[in-house]
Order: sequence, then structure tokens, then C-alpha cells
Amino acid sequence: MRLKSVLSVFAVILVAWLILPTLVLVPISFSEKASFNFPSQGFSFQWYENFFNDRSWVRSTVLSLQIGLTVTAISVVAGTLAAFGLSKLRFRGRSLIENYLLTPMMVPGVVLAIGLYSVFLQYGLLGTFAGFVLAHTALALPLVILNVGTSIQGLDNRLELAAASLGANRVTTFFKVTLPLIAPGVIAGAVFAFVTSFDEVIVSLFIQSPGLQTLPVKIYRSVTQDTDPTVAAVAVLVTVLSVVIIGIAQSLTGRKRKARS
Amino acid sequence: MNVTANQTETERIQLVGKAGSGSPRGREGWRDASRHLFLTAPAFLLITLFFIFPIIVVIVVSVTDPEFGFQNYAWVFTSPLALNSALTTFVISLSVTLICLLLAYPYAYLMTIVSDRTRGIMTMLVMVPLWTSILVRTLAWVVLLQDSGPINAFFESVGIGHVQLIRTPLGVAIGMAQVLMPFMVMPLYSSLSRIEPRLVPAAQSLGAKPLVAFFKVFLPLSKPGIFSGSITVFILALGFYIIPSLLGSPKDPMFPSLIQLQVSGFLQWGRGTALGVCLLAAALLALFLVTKLTKSGFTIPGAQNR
Repeated sequence: MRLKSVLSVFAVILVAWLILPTLVLVPISFSEKASFNFPSQGFSFQWYENFFNDRSWVRSTVLSLQIGLTVTAISVVAGTLAAFGLSKLRFRGRSLIENYLLTPMMVPGVVLAIGLYSVFLQYGLLGTFAGFVLAHTALALPLVILNVGTSIQGLDNRLELAAASLGANRVTTFFKVTLPLIAPGVIAGAVFAFVTSFDEVIVSLFIQSPGLQTLPVKIYRSVTQDTDPTVAAVAVLVTVLSVVIIGIAQSLTGRKRKARS
Repeated sequence: MNVTANQTETERIQLVGKAGSGSPRGREGWRDASRHLFLTAPAFLLITLFFIFPIIVVIVVSVTDPEFGFQNYAWVFTSPLALNSALTTFVISLSVTLICLLLAYPYAYLMTIVSDRTRGIMTMLVMVPLWTSILVRTLAWVVLLQDSGPINAFFESVGIGHVQLIRTPLGVAIGMAQVLMPFMVMPLYSSLSRIEPRLVPAAQSLGAKPLVAFFKVFLPLSKPGIFSGSITVFILALGFYIIPSLLGSPKDPMFPSLIQLQVSGFLQWGRGTALGVCLLAAALLALFLVTKLTKSGFTIPGAQNR
């Protein structure tokens, strides 16, 4: 028992180290002074006002949201189709295709970034909306395929057979039986896809143009160039947004799981 | 037409009946397979064009720019700049892996001996950092580690004096270890939880001291988790770009920063891509090892963003 209490103290310290550092940005985002000093001084909303009044910050945010939603839509459709198709394949090439589709998760971001930069340079996609969407989709797809694939694995095959034997065609079976059953995996995939796109920095840094910068690129530039606490306010807003999105996704998928058991 | 359609329909139902036991055979089976293969086409196309193709371009450029040959690789393996950067990257990645392993092991062990409820909370707490963007967390470390930051203020107030943290390998290691911790805890936990809990008490009842029982019985059994966690963290650390570029020293660039510098800074495409191919090869080698040694999958959501 003595071991357990020693380990518990250690675990609390470890968790504090994992979670607390990020919170220093909160007071800085409300500080009165234009510095990154902690503890901060005074209290004001000026950095949040700054963010909403600065056209370049707002534009980057809107751009990132638009790209993120487009990426989510494309990768959820393409990824769910792929996961469904893969689950039905019964030959040796299947794992080969599966691994091929999952490779983007294993390659260092910077290697892909210089490759995409070179390709986009040649085909005029640098700094374009389509360029961002396509690059982010390639990164998000494996996560959708993986999440949907996992929920398809847990699916009872007989339900689809039952629907087919009652006369439903493939498309009806998919939309009425399969899709509702794998919804948690699809939702999780969608959240991962959105967050992947919304957070993506390295590839975006290479394929951006001064006129079209996603929010992470703008944050990165701001951190490397000045000590404007507006970036702390942005960081706090981004964090709240991702915690809310993931919280919603977790409660949705959690409820689904409970309902089934 | 109608008759054949009906026939195939009957065939299909027969096939469906047998589908659970083996692979569907016959023409209908193949048509089925190709139809399902077709479903993977959009994903296949997107990944081929915007992932595999750019990587192939990187490889091609590395042996053709400025002219055909292996001069860029010769440069990588002889240039003090590249070798120094490779060494820095290797040392930092290895230290980060060790830090993560030493901190994650007790945590993962505690997870195996607490109640289900507490374990759920412990899992969640370790995953929470993954919900926060890497850029946000790095920004927080910039604030904490800077010369006028709270950590240095604390050191000075207790008389340790000023310690250079930002723009040092130590600062990079602190930031990277925090980000990579979940990738060590989870494989470790899944490995530790599979160890028969009565083995250690059994060893003790046979006369082994607690520490001996741990090192002779428990630790060797947890090797698969140690390997898969360590190699995962190590590969991810090799490819980190954001943290080293914000917390590290520009004089001592890690590999990804050097690649960026060669390509965007010096427009040395051949050298930059050759460095990239070497980084890719190192990551793939480590990945091969992890699947070979542990026979486990390798899943790292959002790994590219680091």
C-alpha cells in the first residue's frame, strides 16, 4: 500500500506537468501589458478585442474553419467508403491496400511538406484553398479509415445479411443498417479529420502564401516575430474550441455505446 | 435478362449464406470484390496524388538536383553541418524517449492496480494534452522557459541563479517529452495490464526481495510495451519541427529544421530532399523494428503536426 501512495503522488505531479503549463496562457491573454510575462499584470479584454478587430486574424480563422470543414466532408465520405470497401474484401491484397492507405501516419511531416511544396509549385496550387484542402485531406484520411474500420470490425455481420434477406439492396442496407451502427466511428473520424486540418502547421507553413495563411501559420509567424499577447488570446480560444468539439464527440459516441449495450 | 438477373440473385444469396466461412468464389464473387475495391478508389486516389507522389518527388529530386547522382547523399554523410544535426537529433530523441519511459512506467503501473473508474480518469488525464494544439502548448513552454519566465524567476529567488532553458536542447526535450508522453503511457499500460498479477507475489513467496522480483519477473515481461512505446516516441521525436524551431537553438538545428533551412533558406533542393529521405529511412527502419519486435500495429493520430 505504501508503494501505491508513493506512485499516486508521482502520478499527480506527472499529470500536473502534462496539463498545467498550457494554462499560463490564460492570465497572459487577459493581461493589461503587452508582454509574455507571467504572472501577468492587471486585467483586460483588449487582446480578445484585438483578435476580433484585426482583419488578418479573423481572415485566418475563417479560412481555417472553411478548410477544416471541407476536409472533414471529403475525408469522411472517402474514408468511410474505403473502410467499408476494405472490410468486405477477402483476399491477400487487402492488408496491402490497407497499409498503403495508412502510410501518411508514419512519415515525418517535414518530408511530406517539402514534397508537396515541390509538387504544388509545379501545378500552381501553392497558397490556394484547393491546395490546403487536398494536402490536409491526405493527412486526415488515414484517421477516418482507421476509426471507421474499427467500428466496422465490431459490427455483427448478420445484421447486414438480415437486411439483405428481407429484400433491402446494398445502398439501403448501408444507409439504414450499417451507417447508424458505425456512427460512433464516423463521428470520431470526423472529429479527428477536423482537428488534424485545424491544427496542421508544418505542411501549411510550406504551401501558404502571404495572402492565404491558415490560423496555425498565422500563430507560428506571430510567435516567431513579436510578443503580442493577442496570440495568447487566440491560443485560449483555439483550446476552448477543440475541448468543446472533442467533448461533444465523446458524449455523442459515449451515448451511442451505452445505448447499444 | 430477367432470368439471368434472378439467377445471379439466387447465387448471391447462396454466396451470402456461405460468406462467413470463406472467400466468395466464382464470377459474382470477383464482381463483388471489384465493386468493393472500387469503393476504396477515392481515398486511394487522394493519398496517391497528395501523399505518395510528393514523397516520390522528394526521392527523385534527391538524386537529380542539381544533376543526376548521389552527390547529395555524399554531402549528407560528410558535411559537418548535417552530421552534427543528425547527432543532435539522435541525442535529443533518445533522451526524450528515456525521460518518457522513466516517467510513464510508474504511471502505467499504477493504472494496472487501481479501480476501473480511477483508471478511466487516469487515461483521460493523460490524453487531455492531445486535445490541445501543439502550437498552443509550445507557446506555453516559450512563456515558461524564457529568460524572464517564471521558472527562471523561481530559480533566482531560491538562489540557484539564471539557468538557460529556452534555445537549449534541455528546453526542447522538456517540451517534446510533455507532448509525447501519451504515446508512451498507452502501449506501456496495455502491455503491463496483460501481465499475470500473481507472478510478483509468487516470486516473493519463493524468497525474492520486492526489487528483485520486479527486475527478474515483472520488468522482462513488460518488454513488448517498453519496445513499442519507446520506438513510437523515438520516431515521432525524430520528425518534430515546431518544438525545436521555437524552443531550440538556431545554431544547433534538429534534422527537420535543417531540411527546412536547406530547401527554403538556401534553395538547396537536392541536399534538403536527401536529408528528408534519410529521415524517412530512419523512421521506416524504426517502424519496421517496432512491428517486428512487438507484432503490434502502429497508430498515431495527428502525428504529422509535431
